[in-house]
Amino acid sequence: MSVTLHLPAVLAKLADSRAIETDGATVGEAIAGVAARYPSLAPRLRDDHGNPYAFVTFYLNDEDIRFHGGFGAALADGDELTVVPAIAGG
Amino acid sequence: MAAHTRPARLPLDDLPALSQEEILRYSRHLIIPDVALTGQRRLKASRVLLIGAGGLGSPLALYLAAAGVGHLGIVDFDVVDFTNLQRQILHGTSDVGRPKLASARDRIAEVNPGVHVEPYETRLTAENALEILRGYDLVIDGTDNFATRYLTNDACVLLGIPNVYGSIFRFEGQASVFATHDGPCYRCLFRVPPPPGLVPSCAEGGVLGVLPGHIGTIQATEGIKLLLGIGEPLIGRLLLIDALTMQHRTVKLRKDPECPACGTREIRELIDYDEFCGVPQAAAAESALQVPEISPREFAEWRTRGDEVDLIDVREPHEWDIARLPGARLIPQGTIAAELSTLDSAREIVVMCRSGVRSARVVRQLQDAGFRRVRNLSGGILRWADDVDRTIPKY
Repeated sequence: MSVTLHLPAVLAKLADSRAIETDGATVGEAIAGVAARYPSLAPRLRDDHGNPYAFVTFYLNDEDIRFHGGFGAALADGDELTVVPAIAGG
Repeated sequence: MAAHTRPARLPLDDLPALSQEEILRYSRHLIIPDVALTGQRRLKASRVLLIGAGGLGSPLALYLAAAGVGHLGIVDFDVVDFTNLQRQILHGTSDVGRPKLASARDRIAEVNPGVHVEPYETRLTAENALEILRGYDLVIDGTDNFATRYLTNDACVLLGIPNVYGSIFRFEGQASVFATHDGPCYRCLFRVPPPPGLVPSCAEGGVLGVLPGHIGTIQATEGIKLLLGIGEPLIGRLLLIDALTMQHRTVKLRKDPECPACGTREIRELIDYDEFCGVPQAAAAESALQVPEISPREFAEWRTRGDEVDLIDVREPHEWDIARLPGARLIPQGTIAAELSTLDSAREIVVMCRSGVRSARVVRQLQDAGFRRVRNLSGGILRWADDVDRTIPKY
């Protein structure tokens, strides 16, 4: 499944792009693909074992993946994955 | 329509009357059927607490005061400095050096003398938060750090006070409404904070000056909707804004049944939020990173004597453009590994950055790579500007 991963500014510099085309049957596979292509971005998206961090929130279209199977959530062609950053500025 | 705050539910007889002068002042509200005289009286009866009088707190205080919110509490312990003025429009140039609460009170009195301002010149802590928040109809989170955001969230959940959230970084902002009776809270979105140091603050990473105006006015709008019980507040929705593309997007926020604050309710009292956010551990790690240092004054003496030394500046090119020391070589921190072979380990090396934190990490990195004659310029270019050359601009 071909999907787009949207990155917040704080991570985009590690991939030189705000949006990355990737693919996979699940969110975890799509993220693994991105991690392989961008080694410096990889540790910001998931841990060394490929598991999600509790402090990085992924949205699949407009739904939090934690409520849809986490990294096991199934992807469809054209889906949009978004990293919602924890930012604290005020 | 759900009414989310006390003022929205107050019976008409309990609402304060408006004077003739107030009727004139608020006439553009009074002729909106959704606000009208009753709504304006509800705003006058409202008690809103602003956490922070900085970037977000500035438009919040000004617009909520202008709108006629009767009682504004403001928590802040900071003093106005020059770097605030690019975005914190509550404070002016002549306020530099004054407590933010003093300039906030003066400015609000000028905007609307009918507003009662309650200043809390203190850091919000687990010890004082419940006492300060209790009795407010609405809390608006305009803080600048994770620990205070979790503290504000948990206190709001415990007290049942809606929390209007806003957060900014560079060109990006977020807003939502947390801790309403049936809605999600901040922990439903971000269960745990990121490790310290992973996410730069605005002081470290910068923020577009207009952005807090953008997000702060959204928070003010949401606050007024909640106080009046009108419209569809951002409950169960997170608004994501990218000012560079000017895309506004809302995503669904679910109330997490396993959320320790509003789901399982295992958080029955406030905790140590610095500890929760890893602040002491980060400080300990920072101090454990003891590397050889040289003070700017001592380094200036070296240079005056003509000592042989290589000065490596590990800041970013856009920082280098602001100010630099003569004879320095720019190698941004992220590229140092690739440049190791270009450094001469036989020579004395001094590493510098803005404040001395990044350069300390690079000194350790160089030590690990076998460099022995390497030191950190303590306090960075900021201390150099203070102690050696006051013509160097600080940023």
